[in-house]
Amino acid sequence: MRTGQTLRMIGFYAALLLFCGFAIFPAAWMLITAFKRNADLYDPANNPFLFNAPPTLSHIGFLFTETNYPVFLWNSLFIGVIVVAITLVLAVPAAYSLARLMGHWGEHSSIAIFLVYLIPPTLLFIPLYEVVTLLGLANTVWSLILVYPTITVPFCTWLLLSFFRSIPREIEEAALTDGWSRVGVFFRVALPLAVPGITTCIVFAFALSLSDYIYAAVFVSATTSRTVSAGVPTELIRGDIYYWQALMAATAIVGLPLAVVYGLLFDWLVKGFQVELPRSPRA
Amino acid sequence: MRNEEGFSRRGAAEYTKPPQQRARIGIADRDDVVGALMLAPAVIYVIALVAMPFFLAIALSLSGATVGNPAIQQFVGLDNFISVVRDAAFMFALRNSIIITVATLVLLTILTILQVELLARDFPGKRLAQILLILPWAMPVALAAVGWLWLLDSEFSPIDWILRAVGLLGPGTVLGPANNLFYLGREWLGIGAVVIINVWRALPLSTIIVLAGRTAIPNELFEQAELDGAGYFRILFQITLPALAILLIVAILFTVLVIFGDMTVVALTTRGGPGYTTEILPYWAYLKGIQGGALSQGAAIALFLFPVLLAVSILALRMAYRRQE
Amino acid sequence: MAVLEVRGLTKHFGDFKALKGIDLTTQEGEFLTIVGPSGCGKTTLMRSIAGLEKPTAGDVLLNGRLITPLPPRARNIAMVFQSYALYPHMSVADNIAFPLKARGVARAEQERLIRWATGILGIEALLHRRPARLSGGEKQKVALARAIVRKPSLFIFDEPLSSLDAQVRALARAELRQLHDRTGVTTVYVTHDQVEAVGLGDRVAVMQAGALCQIGSPQELYREPANTFVAGFIGTPPMNLLERGATIVGFRPEHLMPRAAVPESEDVATFQVHVARIEFLGSEWLAYGSADGEFRNAKVLCKLRQEAISKVKVGEVQEFVVSRSLLRFFDTKTGMHTAAAPI
Repeated sequence: MRTGQTLRMIGFYAALLLFCGFAIFPAAWMLITAFKRNADLYDPANNPFLFNAPPTLSHIGFLFTETNYPVFLWNSLFIGVIVVAITLVLAVPAAYSLARLMGHWGEHSSIAIFLVYLIPPTLLFIPLYEVVTLLGLANTVWSLILVYPTITVPFCTWLLLSFFRSIPREIEEAALTDGWSRVGVFFRVALPLAVPGITTCIVFAFALSLSDYIYAAVFVSATTSRTVSAGVPTELIRGDIYYWQALMAATAIVGLPLAVVYGLLFDWLVKGFQVELPRSPRA
Repeated sequence: MRNEEGFSRRGAAEYTKPPQQRARIGIADRDDVVGALMLAPAVIYVIALVAMPFFLAIALSLSGATVGNPAIQQFVGLDNFISVVRDAAFMFALRNSIIITVATLVLLTILTILQVELLARDFPGKRLAQILLILPWAMPVALAAVGWLWLLDSEFSPIDWILRAVGLLGPGTVLGPANNLFYLGREWLGIGAVVIINVWRALPLSTIIVLAGRTAIPNELFEQAELDGAGYFRILFQITLPALAILLIVAILFTVLVIFGDMTVVALTTRGGPGYTTEILPYWAYLKGIQGGALSQGAAIALFLFPVLLAVSILALRMAYRRQE
Repeated sequence: MAVLEVRGLTKHFGDFKALKGIDLTTQEGEFLTIVGPSGCGKTTLMRSIAGLEKPTAGDVLLNGRLITPLPPRARNIAMVFQSYALYPHMSVADNIAFPLKARGVARAEQERLIRWATGILGIEALLHRRPARLSGGEKQKVALARAIVRKPSLFIFDEPLSSLDAQVRALARAELRQLHDRTGVTTVYVTHDQVEAVGLGDRVAVMQAGALCQIGSPQELYREPANTFVAGFIGTPPMNLLERGATIVGFRPEHLMPRAAVPESEDVATFQVHVARIEFLGSEWLAYGSADGEFRNAKVLCKLRQEAISKVKVGEVQEFVVSRSLLRFFDTKTGMHTAAAPI
């Protein structure tokens, strides 16, 4: 019995270690690279996991002083925050409306929302490129702010629709009989109870807007309007020349803090995923 | 009344003055009006920037529009589709899109189930594990792809270095005679690399989705099964997996959308090469439509994605409904 | 204190007719219970009165004022839900203050009213807790405090005791009734439990399949059921109903006596009853039997006191009698109460 349990513990931690290793191996490699001197890095005989020469901060310095990386960071943050705001303003009321106010078809509309989500950026970027050009937004961050909600709004509406439906109806009805109007119920009861779902939406909307490459690469060619996703590869890969240490530093500086934030919110994200499947229309 | 008089009167006295009421009735009380107003902005936005562009994509694919002359009036019928299908790259792109998606799904499903089983329990250091495990999803895809590009570098890949160190690579070894494997320079190694990168970055999200379902399974179910003497694998296959089936399908659907519809990984690693051997539909649409300037052909290629996504979604949803019923 | 009036209230959900024209008027300050099996429409009726459901036809009036078109918040009706529906993100104090905030009551006044309401229910100590950390009984008290604090014209209770366990339930029942007696607010109380309905209500309304069968005092319902449904629903054990051609004869189990236990002088109807089994209930006995002859062995129940049980022989056919004044007659086809028939 005792040994069986010990074996199970060892197996458990071995499996966990394996998964963690798979997840962070590329990141660890990036982190080591970011601090390596050129002479150390470009010698195939060197052990790539060790600092064969003393580590250096020069590449990070290069990244911040001689490239547009700080501009990219600022653009990504700016776009991310505004997209999150737009997404919440559009998706939260829409999801509540569908979950509670639009009757039978509203509750079962998640299949339609899913169909919207089904249309990938690859299908839309060419026509949207024309729209963006037409509106005179090409080469500005506003072109991305305009189109990112096409990804985030359907997703967050779908997620929140399920979340609002999981709140017991009676709680809202109690508030109605307690003297609140429907609008009051939405703000004072439904919204506070949907906080886990909304948190998940904030994280997702931010992550999706930060991660997008296709729109960012197509709509914006002016360096000063680029995001991290599109700017870093174009700025630090010049033809055949790869600034590897700077590239890895640029990636780690964005990825690692976000991993900590998302990781600490892990349980919330799981809680926010109160999804049910899109309801069958005949149900 | 059957209560004692005095008591009742005292109660009634306390009740004489009800708090004044603000009962102005307006649209805030009408569910249908409030509902329509709350829904309208999102619907208008989606119609303007998803539905209309979608039809514009169809119109484009039937026209002769280019970046230099983006007018869609010139109707060319199915010409774009025909020339796209005849292109040598098309079969590669379609084949690779399907192979990469299917292979990613298979690997991802297995790993998701295992990882969910690990994270379903509490253990010391769980927070740290969560931070480490979510890391691939926290990195912007494009930057992560660049990281992998370096990891799979043709000369300095640390994986090659490890293989050389243990004597599997290099002159006179199993994988030899070259000193490197050139992951992104060979057809099937390139496809394999793209699959691994896809699995790596999609695993955190699918774990979160399925974990939401796993934590919803009541614990009594497991305890009962254990009392009945079911072993670990019987519990996994007869209780856990059936209960998770629906959320697994959701996770798989998400993955299909992200993997099948996205070009980022290929665009930054193999770039479809060597030749067209690792080309996929989304990246090819980008190359033709934007880089090559043939907007209409790019739109035509991208439209090939839609029926596949639609078919997969309908199939998956139908499977899920059958389970639900 | 108020009078609630419901006129021809009808509610259809698609093809399903949940309410088929309900007419109902409460008396001022009364405790009216509405009882019926699940699915009879009683909850829909309550929700329509509270304004949570829009009726297909008919009207609701409170103190003679038409409130059908008003939203729930403008009706000044307090509803206590089966699940209590406490706001999980608020403390007990905030839960109770919530209806007051909706009315823009000043802070000091809010606090005074909360003290008053919690004082009545004895839950002053719970004010800072979250609902998740309350027992079932405590939750009910908080829900009641939230209902009384804004001094509504009408209370609606939707099966508020059904989620409590049996021991707490009896106590909570007494508390509810006491609360009504103290505040004197007209109360409509919905339950599927006829014992609860009869025990709590000044009057009881029995519903079946979306229609109101009968409304009256518990005694009236017990003595003079309007139809076979009420006869069978009210009372434990229910009224014996024996079919005989076009009429059904009904009598309460405690009115069926062995011939030998009744004085000769009384005007009685006689039944030949075969007693199969007797059961000891404590203060009395229950005899299970069947009525022979023209009743084709219909099952009958008989509730007997200690002194009468000695006269019953198990396993034999025996003469039992019911005083003629205690017999009730119903139409076999409609189930409705009819005039006395010869027996």
